[in-house]
Formats: sequence, structure tokens, C-alpha cells
Amino acid sequence: MKIGVVVFPGSNCDHDALHAVSEVIHTPAEFIWHQSQDLAGFDAVILPGGFSYGDYLRTGAIARFSPVMNAIARFARSGGLVLGICNGFQILCEAGLLPGALMRNKGLRFVCRHVHIRVETAATPFTSAARPGQVLRIPIAHAEGNYVCDATTLADLKHNNQIVFRYCTPDGRLDTAANPNGSLDAIAGICNRERNVMGMMPHPERAVEAALGSTDGLVVFRSLVQSLARQPAAAVS
Amino acid sequence: MSHAARTPKIVETAIKVTPEIVAEHGITPKEYARIQKILGREPNFTELGIFSVMWSEHCSYKSSRIHLQRLPTHAPQVLQGPGENAGVVDVGDGLAAVFKMESHNHPSYVEPFQGAATGVGGILRDVFTMGARPIAVLDSLRFGSITSAKGISANGERPEVVARNRRLVDGVVRGIAFYGNCFGVPTVGGEVEFEPGYAGNPLVNVLALGIAPKNHLFFARARGEGNPVIYVGAKTGRDGIHGASLLASAEFTEESQKKRPNVQVGDPFLEKLLLEACLEAMASGTIVGIQDMGAAGLTSSSCEMASRGGVGIELELDCVPQRESGMTAYEMMLSESQERMLLVAERDRKAEVFRVFRKWGLDAIEIGRVTSDGMLRVLHHGQIAAEIPADALAEQAPLYQRPLTRPKPSPAREARVSLAPVGTDLSANFHGLLAAPAIASKRWIFEQYDHMVRTNTTVFPGAADAAVVRLKGTSRALALATDGKGRWCALDPRVGAMHAVAEAARNVAAVGARPWAATNCLNFGNPEKPEVMWQFSEAVDGMAEACRALSIPITGGNVSFYNDTLGKSIDPTPIVGVLGVIENAAATLTMAFRNEGDAIVLLDGRGNASATPKSHERESLREFASSEYARTVAGIVGGVPPAVDLAAELRLIEALVALAAEGILASAHDISDGGIAVALAECGFASNGLAAEAAWHSDAPAELALFAETGARAVVSLSQASLARLLTLAAKYSIAALVIGRVTRGQFQLSLNGATVVRDRPASLRKIWSGAIEHAILGEQASKQA
Repeated sequence: MKIGVVVFPGSNCDHDALHAVSEVIHTPAEFIWHQSQDLAGFDAVILPGGFSYGDYLRTGAIARFSPVMNAIARFARSGGLVLGICNGFQILCEAGLLPGALMRNKGLRFVCRHVHIRVETAATPFTSAARPGQVLRIPIAHAEGNYVCDATTLADLKHNNQIVFRYCTPDGRLDTAANPNGSLDAIAGICNRERNVMGMMPHPERAVEAALGSTDGLVVFRSLVQSLARQPAAAVS
Repeated sequence: MSHAARTPKIVETAIKVTPEIVAEHGITPKEYARIQKILGREPNFTELGIFSVMWSEHCSYKSSRIHLQRLPTHAPQVLQGPGENAGVVDVGDGLAAVFKMESHNHPSYVEPFQGAATGVGGILRDVFTMGARPIAVLDSLRFGSITSAKGISANGERPEVVARNRRLVDGVVRGIAFYGNCFGVPTVGGEVEFEPGYAGNPLVNVLALGIAPKNHLFFARARGEGNPVIYVGAKTGRDGIHGASLLASAEFTEESQKKRPNVQVGDPFLEKLLLEACLEAMASGTIVGIQDMGAAGLTSSSCEMASRGGVGIELELDCVPQRESGMTAYEMMLSESQERMLLVAERDRKAEVFRVFRKWGLDAIEIGRVTSDGMLRVLHHGQIAAEIPADALAEQAPLYQRPLTRPKPSPAREARVSLAPVGTDLSANFHGLLAAPAIASKRWIFEQYDHMVRTNTTVFPGAADAAVVRLKGTSRALALATDGKGRWCALDPRVGAMHAVAEAARNVAAVGARPWAATNCLNFGNPEKPEVMWQFSEAVDGMAEACRALSIPITGGNVSFYNDTLGKSIDPTPIVGVLGVIENAAATLTMAFRNEGDAIVLLDGRGNASATPKSHERESLREFASSEYARTVAGIVGGVPPAVDLAAELRLIEALVALAAEGILASAHDISDGGIAVALAECGFASNGLAAEAAWHSDAPAELALFAETGARAVVSLSQASLARLLTLAAKYSIAALVIGRVTRGQFQLSLNGATVVRDRPASLRKIWSGAIEHAILGEQASKQA
């Protein structure tokens, strides 16, 4: 089993994602350079947080044209697991691998703090080790995390159970005050209809060790690794 | 080119060097004579420009250098002291900590967002130039008042000044966030204060810390005749000509606002690429020396590398990547375009260097070569545009022993707080103190910074007296705290500077770290004013004495003079950043109370002599007039700073480090602004709904007992079962340990001599404290929506 962490120019949570996978849950992981066209040998791909291409123009707008994104689209189409965190989520939306878009936070400022998110579905390879309704305490760090989509898309997301995480209070209630960026329907993370591509604004890789103040993000990486262990690697490549 | 060097034919510039032009460059007639002597001829316009930036106060430290020599810079752990891009200390496990603090005050006033942003960018380059990956940034900020009643601040600032102060805070915070967040370095701490003296001249001091293998450091030294000089990073434009170097080397006037175009514009994305490319190229073993292009850009990087390496450098300006056409040699040599580096590579391996930078999409161009003649020679359009001995530029700037005059003692020194009658309920005053911007929560600021990226931050901003970053792959962590006492330094610069060192060291010890080394940023007014120079000299002496007493070497820093606006100097503000090492990261302490029922103990480094005898009461009242309480509640800024007892500070530091290592403490917090009362409240605010219930006996008046800012003290909490061990250790380190209360889930309560003086619900206190800064800056309504 091998998990790839994509490095775009300006990715800055790439080392953190690699550390979480390889050092904390002891699963082999390697960087994938943004110009790579070949994902052979990788069982899952993480698009890490950061400011790809400086987030100039619009978050993720330039990164989606990186050569590696063609390979990731093919990888996703063939069922490969793709996890986008923060900037990675923004890129997946720009690339059309996930619906909707991420706009400026309602407060128009960058926000870095621990928030609570509720697991809305355990029926994804990224949350299979979690309980539905489980509340996770995980940090956010973004200026553009305000999820939006049109009404039809939102209805589809709900109908297909694609909303994976919602911002909530510590005891799991939805509340405007607990929504840090104004996201539609308090959405913090979604998956595609096939459930093999997920994007989330909170940073699970920042909540994997007690020393970092929370270990609640581990469930995302554990789910991913357990899901890979269940499916034969060859199926995706 | 060697024969040209012997009989230089220097190009005649279109602009002739006249006495007026010389004066405009800030060069005195005496300095000009020195230039003529060095060259053995008249300089041309380009050469004059080069001398003017290298001999500017900002680049040459000509007014401060003689004084800075008094600072202690040596210790076994110091791998590199002052004189390089940053200081370096050995922190164990084969790792070196590379760190330094620098100011960007003037640019931040002229253009707060870009000024602050490029301040961050500059200090990060200083750190990674040495081969270290930046892992933490702290900011020490000073602004004018942001709070007002009916538009007028407590200190009489007019509404438009208060409004501008708020805009400056907002712009500076956004600028720091813009740069650090994108670059990917966590902004983990620092401090901010609001005093009227900074309204026309805010301070933006940025400290960056990086980590490198200690046997793989890089230095700004050129060597090897014929080795290529390679330019990497952003293209050169006309931006920032005379930016940092001259903006920071003259007083501020109305005219200064016109210098906005001189402020550089930052590109953190480009700098992130530069970081990755430089570290990758360094790892390949192809790089001989490297220097960032900060103030005085191409000029300083080339002549400093040549001078330190004892060689010469020849530059071909036609090869320099340019953003604009038709730039003159003068403009290119003085440009302060950001995100550029100059490096010297091994001659036969330059192709590898080019490959790395190409991979990261960066310009890397050979623009010159190392020579053996010690000259900085600048070629442009096939002619010699300038030729100056590199050493003369980098090392032979004039040094000034400027006149010092002790100012007349200010009448404010006699000011006293009129104390409340015995038995007065002090709750209302306490509330005022909690809402004071100096004490109120800084959450609104630090949540705009990514303080977690790189997943090393183990103590978040506001959770303890110092920020802590772990060192992955080891059991160690590093702690950092900055401190500066402008108000106290204005009253007594020597004592104020000692307090800054003592408090930063105490902060670091309060998380369990042994103070290991320090950097400083000395912010003062115009050094040509003898009173300012006296303040500077006193502050340096105070800092030196405190650092010696606490065995903390200073490994580098920055001097920022000319912090004057419209003829008025800022309060002297020496800022110190102390780095500490925690051997066992798992034993890191924070200020938060942890368990209901734990004992709360007041530690005092002065030992059992700490009780205040009646004879000392007069002195205590003088000291109290300089406290945050005096300013906020009584509206008095005066008196004298608390007396410093460095031996007591050292005992307390040693004891805190030992107690943390033993693992018997649940929390630790030093006592500073707002005294014991505020310290106890903060331990509760940081916790999960806990509070202090404390009662003790004091001979001092209640306000002094609760709010005095006497040094060498801390409050700790621990289980009742560990108390005996604590008392044993306190005796061993000769510090006093007084059990003053316990941790409760009930009311916050302080009682003195049997009478309750403050009693409140923790949640109400927390509310006052947590929203004050946000409300001040955004207004109450806006902050509720945000």
C-alpha cells in the first residue's frame, strides 16, 4: 500500500499530510510532483492544503491545470481514492471532481482555530471508521472556505448522502455561531456521487497526535487505510 | 578584467555628483571625504548611491555598533553570533536553531499591509539563507491607542488618530497573515501593546526561527576565483529604491507619506518557491555561499559576500533579470525588489543549480563571477559603472560615538496612584484592567494567522507565556517569547531593558524551557539627539547586564533608529526575543488550570524577603505608578519601573525549569501586566471552565497586593499530593512558595487579610477579557457578526 501526497508549487501542508500518514499511522507515503502524469503504484492520493500558485487569480484555479490533475481525474474515474484537504478541496472543486465552490469566509478574514465538525455519513472510504453523528475537533485555517452551490446541487448532495461533514457545536448541534465561514448548510466536507473523492476544509492532518491538541483527525486517515486494505490495490490502477 | 582593475576607467554618469546630490544621499561632507580617500578619486553617481546605502544607518549600524559591542554574544551553545544573516545556536540532537528579529517600522506606517508583509518576508529570507527551514514566526507590535470614550482616547488622542491606529492594526495584521500563511510558516506568538507614543510610528518587529542540521549551515561568504555569481528569484524593478535603507535612516515628516512607492511589494508564493529551491540546491552540495537581497539589494548582497570571503565580485548588470526596461546601473544596484537571492556556486556544478531552480519555475541567471582583487566591480553596457573595494562598503563605514545627554528627570516620576480605602470592592477596577488592550485576549489577532502549519506547534498562542514548537524526530521542543517594556524604558531605559530580558526569560521558563539564547530589536528615536542616544546606551547596558546575569547570549538582532514623527521620538523600545530549549517535550507546561481542587502556589524568586516591610512602601508606591493598573484605572503613566532583582529572576527560572522537568506542576504562569489578579484570571480563561479561589495575607495595600507588577514571580497549580515535593524544591532553589488558594469550578474569588476584594462569575470575566480588542477595532456590532 502506498499513498501519494501531491506537491503543487505553493502547497504548504504537504509535509504535514505525509507525516500524518507515514509517521503517525505508519503507512508508506511519497510526494507526487505536480508535473507527474503517472500515478502508477499509488493506492490513494491526497491533495494537501496550502496556497497552490499563491492562490492568485482564485484558489485552485491555476492548480487544476497542472499535468498531475489529468492523471488524478483518470485515477478518480477508475475508482482511486482522492482526498482533498483545504486548498486540495478548492482544487477538486475547480477541477470539477467535486461540485460547488469555496468563496471568501463571511468575516472576510483568514481564520485559524479548532472547530467542531459532525460526521454526517460513515458510508465513505474516508469516514468508514467513524460513527455517524460523531463530533470531531479539528482545526481550520483558511480565508476561502465558504462552501456554495446551487439549489439543485445541494438537493443532490443531500439526496445522495454526499455531505460528509458539517460544522457544529461541541455537542453536535448545528448553529450559525458554530459555522466559522458561512458555508451553505454548514457544509465542511463533501464527497462525489461515487464516494471515492472527498474534499474537506478542516485539516485532519493537524489533529493526529495528542501533542497537537487533538487526535480526532486520525479517523479520516485510519478509514482511508482500512478501506484500501479491504479493496485490492490493482482495482484502481 | 584584471588590467582594467589597475587603471579603472569608470563611466561618467549623466548625473554629476554635486554637494547638493551628496547631501540628498544623506552623506556628510566628512563621509564624502572618506569616500574620496578610499577611491583615490571622485565617485560617480552610481558609486555615490552604492556608498549611501551601505553606509546608511540601517545597513552600517554606524551609530549603534560601538554600543552593541557591550552585549554578551559568546557561550558554548553559540554556533554563530552577530554579523551573519541570523544567529545560530546548538539545540542538541545535531540540530541548530537559526533565529533573528528585525523591524519594518517605517514601511508599515507608510503602507501597513505591504510594509508588514515584506517585514515577514525579509526575516524569513535571513533564516533560510543560512540553510534553515523556517518553523516559527513571532511578531512584536506597537500601535497608538485603539480604545476611546466619545472618540477621544484615554491619552487624549483625537478621534481621527484613534481611527487611523485601528486601520494600522488591521493592515499590519492582515499583512503578516498574508505573507506567513501563504509561505507556510506558523505565526505562533509575540506581543502587542497600545501606547499613544506609537501613533505616528508603529513598531512591527518580526522574529523568525528556523531549524537546520548543525553541520550543514550556509554563510554569506564568497570564495573561489572564477566561481559563478548566480541571481535567483524575482526580477529587478525600480521598486523600493532607497526603501528600507533610507526610509529607516531618517526621521519621519509629512513628506514621508510621499515615499509610499518606496515600500516594496511582497510575493509570498514566490518566496515559498525560493525557499524550497534554495534548500534543495543547498542539499546538493553545489553552493559555496548565499545571501538574500534585502535592504540595498544587489549592492549589499554582493559586497558583503565578497568582503566576508576576502575576495572580489564582478557583476554584469546586462545579465540581471529586469522587470522594466532602461534601468540605470544606479537603479539596479539600489533596487529593493523582494524575493531575490544571490549565490555563489561551485564552478563545475552550476548546471545542477540551474536545474533545481528551473524545476521550481524560478529565474536563475549567472550575472558575474568571484575575483581575487577584493573589488565590487559593476559592468553595464560594456563599461565599468562602478568599482569600489568591497570591504570599504561592508566594513569601513564610519562609526560614531554620538554625544549622550541624560534628559532631565520627568515630573511624571513623582506621580502616585491614590489608593482606595481599605475594604473597597475592587471588582470594577479589575474589569477595567481585563478589558485594557494590553491585557485583553489577543485572539482576534492570532486567529488570522495560521499558527499550526507544519504541525509542530504544541502550545498555541495565548495558551502559555511562550510559544512552543516541537522538533520532530527528537524528544525536544523549542520555546520562544518576545518582550519589550516601552513605558518602563521611557521612565528608566536601563531598568526597562533589564525587565524585557527578565520577563522574556521567565516566559520561556514558565513553559519548562531553559533560556538558551536571545535576539533583539532595538527601536529608538533619532540617534543624532543626545537624549535618544543616552536612552540607547542605557538600554544596551541594561540588556547586557540582564543577559549576563541570566547567562543568555545575544546572537544577533537589529537596530531601528529614527523612529520619530514630526520631531517626536517614540518611547525607547528594546524588544528581546528569548529562545528556550525543553529537553522533554512531553513535560511542556501551559498556563491553564487543569484540575479542580489543585493547589495554587505563588512562587517568588526573592525568597522569604519578598514580604513588603513598611519601610519599602514608599518605593512600592513609586513603582505602582508605572503599572498597567495605574494607567488603565488611575490614568497615570509615571513613577519608576519596579526594581529588578536579577539574582531572584535567575532563581525563579532555575526553579521553574526544575519543577517542569519533575512533572509535578499542572500549570505555570508568570506575573506581569496586571499583577497576580490578572495572572490568576488568565489561568482560568485558558482552562476548561476552572477558576482561582485565592486568599492570602499581605502587608501591602490591597491594590498593590493584587495588581503590582514586581518581577521574579509566577503562579503555579499542582495536586495537593505534590505540594510537599514543591516546597522541598522551592527551598532547594531558595525561592518562596506560598500556597494562596485552590482551583475551583465555582466563582473567581480573591480575598486579602480575610476580606473578599474581587468576586465574580468566571464566564462574565471571560467575556470582558475576550472581546475587547475585536470590539475596539471592528466596533461592537461588526465584531458580533464576524
